[in-house]
Amino acid sequence: MSAETLVQILYLISTALFILSLKWMSDPESARKGVFSGVGAMALAVAGTLTGVIATGGTHYWWILGAFAVGAAVGYPLAQVPLTAVPQRTALSHAFGGLAAGLVGTAKYFLYYGQKNEAALAPFIVVALVAEILLGFLTFTGSILAAGKLQEVKWIPQRPVTYPGQNASNLGLFALALGLGVALVLHPLAPWAPYAFGGIIALSLAFGVLLIIPIGGADMPTVISILNAYAGLSAVAMGFVLNNKLLITAGALDGSSGLILSVIMCKAMNRSFFNVLFGAFGQTTTANAEGEQKAYKSDTVESAAQVMEQASLVVIVPGYGMAVAQAQHKVREVYDLLKKKGVTVKFAIHPVAGRMPGHMNVLLAEAEIPYDDLVEMDEINGDMPQADVALIIGANDVVNPAARSDKNSPIYGMPIIDADKAKTVYAIKRSKAPGFAGIDNELYFLDKTFMLFGDAKVVMGELARKLAGESGH
Amino acid sequence: MMLLARSEHAAPAAGGGHGELDVMGAIFVFMLATFIGFMVIQRVSRLLHTPLMSLTNAISAIAVVGAIIVSAGKGSPGYITALGLVAIFCSTTNIVSGFLITDRMLKMFKKHEKVAK
Repeated sequence: MSAETLVQILYLISTALFILSLKWMSDPESARKGVFSGVGAMALAVAGTLTGVIATGGTHYWWILGAFAVGAAVGYPLAQVPLTAVPQRTALSHAFGGLAAGLVGTAKYFLYYGQKNEAALAPFIVVALVAEILLGFLTFTGSILAAGKLQEVKWIPQRPVTYPGQNASNLGLFALALGLGVALVLHPLAPWAPYAFGGIIALSLAFGVLLIIPIGGADMPTVISILNAYAGLSAVAMGFVLNNKLLITAGALDGSSGLILSVIMCKAMNRSFFNVLFGAFGQTTTANAEGEQKAYKSDTVESAAQVMEQASLVVIVPGYGMAVAQAQHKVREVYDLLKKKGVTVKFAIHPVAGRMPGHMNVLLAEAEIPYDDLVEMDEINGDMPQADVALIIGANDVVNPAARSDKNSPIYGMPIIDADKAKTVYAIKRSKAPGFAGIDNELYFLDKTFMLFGDAKVVMGELARKLAGESGH
Repeated sequence: MMLLARSEHAAPAAGGGHGELDVMGAIFVFMLATFIGFMVIQRVSRLLHTPLMSLTNAISAIAVVGAIIVSAGKGSPGYITALGLVAIFCSTTNIVSGFLITDRMLKMFKKHEKVAK
């Protein structure tokens, strides 16, 4: 068997394992098997590539080994971050993925250019190269910025940055990049071609920044998913350049995953892709500034505890506020105490609650809350009228009834968790300021709503103490 | 069309890839893989969307394949090798952290019976 055949066989098995890896993610029971299969697939991919490289006379093996070692040394601590920091870590690794693709594309182009290799720079290859570096470098800066926003780094503006003519200038720059790309495809070996290539790199880096600055925290789940898709598609483009089917397959799996997640996120916010990328939330918020000051009704934790003890169904609606306060373990205490008193407790999970898809599920799973009690929005909404208490922990837009009724609201049409249909609503909120999107929430002014102001972790801790105390006598 | 026709007889440079360049074949593979991706991902439990993303993160680090090919190329200028090595570093970071954190998260998902002590 030739080395080439061996490589292809290893790649084939690797591809099958990658597909199985994702298939096993369909059920939490089999999901860990999916990770092992993914690790196996990656190991075979690396082994196959090394086999091919050795057979065709490669070099720099010690350097390659060194790069592996340094990468592993940096990757290990990145896997140990607290789970509340998972969105940042994910964005950061999209950045690494984009950078890797961009650098390989750059290296390939300059290698062929240096060799004056006209055959290797066939139009199809150059198209793929341009796509690879465009997506790769855009994902790199975009994800760095997204990670910075999620980490709340000081020098990155948290609020969406918008300015007049923003979309027009972005589109203009994009047209410029496309123009350079076309020129490059037609004349990949022209004396000016490397400069055009460099120009595309610079524009892609700028795009990453320009696409992310107008985006607010509530849109982060969508943006992270889109960046995920881009990172996958840049790997596909690399596969086209290198004529490597494994790269194409694995990249396509990643790309379709990112795409599906962004579609789910967009649907959950009743917005289109285009709207997320080109219509910053920030522009609409000022319209809501006027209107009379309404008054909140706040309540003590003690009476909240009494009401919950008497309830038969309590639905907890977690949001980003729970993640920020790291309140999940205190939530678990309350959950346990209520269960012990015979109260049914369910969690209502909105698809865009938090800062990335599935964010709330992971935090609640960390606190050892059984996943059977984490209920999707569509399923729980039918039960909301039967709920005696809806306990809202740091969620805001996902329970705002304005999404159903107020046509002028920026979130109009977004599917929400019907917390307002519960008999009593308790809402834990850090401050009296409106939520991230800057929209007032009518839910908080309903007659049946009581506010519990304070840090989610502190309030839930107190609630747990009251619930435990009462059972004492 | 010219785009496809011209590349049919273009052979990749040494160490550039494996086998003859087959544009339509590559596009076929891409299309089929995308379909499989859509089918499989649509069935992923919503509970697991965060681990799914970190898993696909690790999978997209398949770019390491391209990075190795670039780094190992004989006779290429030093800066090309350097770019490849940085790409290996980036991809390996994602492979290691992506798989590890996915497993760490998945271990936490437990059903009722398993949580009950």
